[in-house]
Amino acid sequence: MRLTAVAYGLLALFALGVPLLGIYPVFMMQLLCLAMFACAYNLLLGFGRMLSFGHAAFFGAAAYATGWLVTAHAWGPGAAIVAGVVVAGLLGLAVGALAIRRQGIYFAMITLALAQLVYFVCLEAPFTGGENGLQGVPRGKLLGFLPLKSDVVLYYVVLAAFVAVFLFIRRVVHSPFGQVLKAIRDNEPRAISLGYEINRYKLLAFVLSATLAGFAGSLKALVFGFVTLSDVQQSTSGEVILMTLLGGTGTFFGPVVGAAVVATLQQYLSDLVGGWVIAIIGVVFVACVLSFRRGIVGELAAARWLRRAPPPR
Amino acid sequence: MAATVPPTADEYILETRGLTKEFSGFLAVSNVDLKVRRGHIHALIGPNGAGKTTFFNLLTKFLIPTRGAIIYRGRDITPEKPAQVARAGMVRSFQLSAVFPHLTALENVRIALQRALGTTFHFWRHQATLGVLDARARELLELVDLAALAGVVAVELPYGRKRALEIATTLAMDPELLLLDEPTQGMAQEDVERVTALIRQAAANRTVLMVEHNMRVVSTIADTITVLQRGQIIASGSYAEVSRNPQVLEAYMGSADTELENAH
Repeated sequence: MRLTAVAYGLLALFALGVPLLGIYPVFMMQLLCLAMFACAYNLLLGFGRMLSFGHAAFFGAAAYATGWLVTAHAWGPGAAIVAGVVVAGLLGLAVGALAIRRQGIYFAMITLALAQLVYFVCLEAPFTGGENGLQGVPRGKLLGFLPLKSDVVLYYVVLAAFVAVFLFIRRVVHSPFGQVLKAIRDNEPRAISLGYEINRYKLLAFVLSATLAGFAGSLKALVFGFVTLSDVQQSTSGEVILMTLLGGTGTFFGPVVGAAVVATLQQYLSDLVGGWVIAIIGVVFVACVLSFRRGIVGELAAARWLRRAPPPR
Repeated sequence: MAATVPPTADEYILETRGLTKEFSGFLAVSNVDLKVRRGHIHALIGPNGAGKTTFFNLLTKFLIPTRGAIIYRGRDITPEKPAQVARAGMVRSFQLSAVFPHLTALENVRIALQRALGTTFHFWRHQATLGVLDARARELLELVDLAALAGVVAVELPYGRKRALEIATTLAMDPELLLLDEPTQGMAQEDVERVTALIRQAAANRTVLMVEHNMRVVSTIADTITVLQRGQIIASGSYAEVSRNPQVLEAYMGSADTELENAH
């Protein structure tokens, strides 16, 4: 327990000191957005055992909504982020309501199909900029006074948002609702036999996950100043699965580690090997599934747990 | 609701009328009329494949009957959903141990108690607010001799303990009608005795309908026994009556020569 506290402390110091350490803040912001996205995904997969193949739809739809409102309607960044999050939540409600009627691979296929639908809407709609996406999204001033144009200011805003989401997910998992969600994850028929209408709980989990994924997407739109089709694309849905599995599903910090590894590989390896980075990430993924299924954080936690106490008889 | 209660509702807590389940031409449960008397321990026995578990799944709405009606406390519950039936006080256990493996024993029991608080959708509250239920949960764990293991994650409990935990969780629902699907299956003898005693204790103020293979258990605690074969009721009555029924002996032994007691 103390080791974890020390690790979190060091990490917090590092995160606060990033602008002083000469690390490119935009890269760190990208990492934080991806980490937030992965944490949101993990809420669904790790604690609700629902495998979505379409989470980019929520991430991307929120990014488009925020980007469009800021660019075409001159909304402030705060209101535009809230709007993006609401769009993602409503979309999550619609997709979730259909998908939770099925389980396992069928659930995944429904999310995939509906996400493709969202992708085509983003491609064809008159306000999304088609193949070009939305370019030149201004960052504006948060609450009318915080100039987000400065990378350092925006970095701290994104960091604060990430920490808030991280703590929020912890709370959700450790809430009365979280208890029921874990029970449903563990044994659906048993939860039903105890009187729970399990679909309502699954739907709430789905909407929460979609909403937080949307928050990550909205922030990303402001960080980069553009929104493109890649934000709603199938490959982005795949990437978030990869980050979550690599880091460790059902652990709190796993998705953050997964996002950091994937983002770092993409950032630094692509300079060295170009397009091969996709192949390398693929190999890493296969290695993860074959040899450390619990993910990086999951395996570390399991190793620590084994050393600590033998199971009771 | 009281106006629609037929006269039998007080005497019989559960009744099925012509209950039938067909799986693509195969009659798993065929025209079963069963009456479960309030306050009784009613055992459902029969050879493998007799349709006992299918019948259970029909009662608890996990399967939809092809034909027939299920009357619980004088009310037709045939069109209801499984969770509704559970909330109405008819709670089942499962053939294989049904615990929540990644929750602790205490949390397992608390899941059943939690619904009463009305905060099950409250994702913003801390789970410490569930602490008010801990005392009751510990009492239930005490009942099945699990109090010392309250903090242990269920997946780490031995098999017999898991079954005990499952019973504690079911009792936490304070069901009027307890449906137990082979509660002693796969248990060592001392566990069987403990669970038998527990069922008897639980039945003091409620009705129990159980599927059970172990004849010793059935003969000691069941007030009424119904024998199913190929989806149909072939006999019903006390142990003494049923165990002398030639059709029952035939079903179990393939001949009417031996006493049923030796069947297991």
